[in-house]
Amino acid sequence: MMVFERPHALLDVPLHYCPGCTHGIVHRLVAEVIDELGIEGRTIGVAPVGCAVMAYDYFACDMVEAAHGRAPAVATGLKRADPEHNVVFTYQGDGDLASIGTAETVHAAARNENITIIFINNAIYGMTGGQMAPTSLPGQVTQTSPYGRDVKACGYPVKICEMLSTLDGPEYLERVAVNNVKNVKAAKKAIKKAFENQLAGKGFSLVEVLSACPTNWGMTPEKALEWVQDKMIPYYPLGVYKDRSAKEEAK
Amino acid sequence: MADKVLMKGNEAIAEAAIMAGCRHYFGYPITPQTEVAAYMAKRMPKIGGVFLQAESEIAAINMVYGVSSTGHRVMTSSSSPGISLKSEGLSYLAGADLPALVVNVQRGGPGLGGIQPSQSDYFQATKGGGHGDFRMIVLAPASVQEMADLTVKGFDLADEYRMTAMILADGTMGQMMEPVEIPKIEKKEFDKSWAVTGTGMGRKHNIVNSLSLAPAELERQNFERFQRYGRIQEKEAMWEEYRMEDAEYCLVAFGIAARVTKAAIDEARKKGIRAGMIRPITLWPFPEKALAAAAEKCVSFATVELNMGQMIDDVRLAISCKRPVKLIHRAGGIIPSPEEVLRGIENMEGGAEK
Repeated sequence: MMVFERPHALLDVPLHYCPGCTHGIVHRLVAEVIDELGIEGRTIGVAPVGCAVMAYDYFACDMVEAAHGRAPAVATGLKRADPEHNVVFTYQGDGDLASIGTAETVHAAARNENITIIFINNAIYGMTGGQMAPTSLPGQVTQTSPYGRDVKACGYPVKICEMLSTLDGPEYLERVAVNNVKNVKAAKKAIKKAFENQLAGKGFSLVEVLSACPTNWGMTPEKALEWVQDKMIPYYPLGVYKDRSAKEEAK
Repeated sequence: MADKVLMKGNEAIAEAAIMAGCRHYFGYPITPQTEVAAYMAKRMPKIGGVFLQAESEIAAINMVYGVSSTGHRVMTSSSSPGISLKSEGLSYLAGADLPALVVNVQRGGPGLGGIQPSQSDYFQATKGGGHGDFRMIVLAPASVQEMADLTVKGFDLADEYRMTAMILADGTMGQMMEPVEIPKIEKKEFDKSWAVTGTGMGRKHNIVNSLSLAPAELERQNFERFQRYGRIQEKEAMWEEYRMEDAEYCLVAFGIAARVTKAAIDEARKKGIRAGMIRPITLWPFPEKALAAAAEKCVSFATVELNMGQMIDDVRLAISCKRPVKLIHRAGGIIPSPEEVLRGIENMEGGAEK
């Protein structure tokens, strides 16, 4: 008999996330993958600054809380300390990874640092109450773009997968979404691959997860999932942006 | 006795760190400390260690944070502007109670400043070096031998007290060559049960963290940390006294300034001026007791500094302003000559010229 259970790698504690927030889904996917690969005992996770700052209380593996944006550098240290043993992942939001931590992200990718990055792109700063993010869409209304993101004044969103795919360094870049069952399944597959790549020593693997923030978008959870589908996915197309090993195998 | 080798100060730091068991170094090029990185780049791959040139000082200190979280010895080095970039990381290391060795081979500032020797980061090093209430153990070498010895000492202190130890050197110390005996290491054991090494499915997860949203808990941590700092102030202050037995005039200087001051004191003595020096080897903890004792017998004090007067505040505090304290200094990367310091001594309050 199949029983739906909490993954072992996810602790039995209440999560602080808002109703309808998709962080819970992604936490679960990461924990399921850690369980399936049997790596909880040698995994070290890095929590960001942002809504997921307290992820260190939710995962059962060893955890480190990094300064804002610095998770890839901290992860570099954790991995290099014991590369054969330590499995290292970061879990970062868009402000953390694509704004204040852009340099750390780009250079960890350029070095093909053998780590796994889970990148939550919800197009807004959640923790601080809904400010414009580097990934906020043109015209998107936020607390700090009250008349809509004006690209003439604030520039354009940063497309991380597209940008990093121009580098020779990274092994694997994929963008997924968690707005429906089909996409959640695809997201799980991508996250698993990103961890398997690390175990195989293949290098830098980043999964960008388009996520919903109903609270700060001012929407019901259902409307927020529709917004991911109708607004975010057209601007941030899903798919594999780089998969070096697959490309080499195809040759 | 072991053989002595001729080394640059920066190289002595690097070799001593390796001897102390450091196998991870992260840095970013900046004059006048780049020899540390160059030495590590050559040596680390040969001994199974890691040398990594980071994309920035910010990344380097966060890589240090990562390695230190796993319980391994780790270091970074830089010079003044680079240390400013690291200050965020220094605060996080303090908040997470992580040991690390950080080297600052100072140059003149503020801003991009210059590349000549300076001691103008004294405040930055001894008063915290980042946001929040915290301290670093600050060690001030005055010879290439001390560059090596204090590096080893710094690693031990950092591990024992779970905090950053900083070597506060200057461009002269980093660049000059002297014979040095690389210290033999007694291997000490430190409790690192807090480290993130993977749970091995055999224990509750460890968390390395500097966030505490509950004020009472954050206050408790601060008080605990300062109790630890109190023990350090009680036990770990180091200083050298030079010709202090009968001194009437007490000079206070560290690093390269102390070497110039020694020469000046010898000249002053020839003129019958009874000058002596207290040379702090730890700038934090500051050797307050030695200063307070000197205030009982000396008529006046002077600091000799390569800045606009920073350590002078700590001297005044240590002697509770019981005696006048004068500043003898140059700035901008200029080292005073022994003659300049001698003139300063002659002009000390209650001194020969007054």
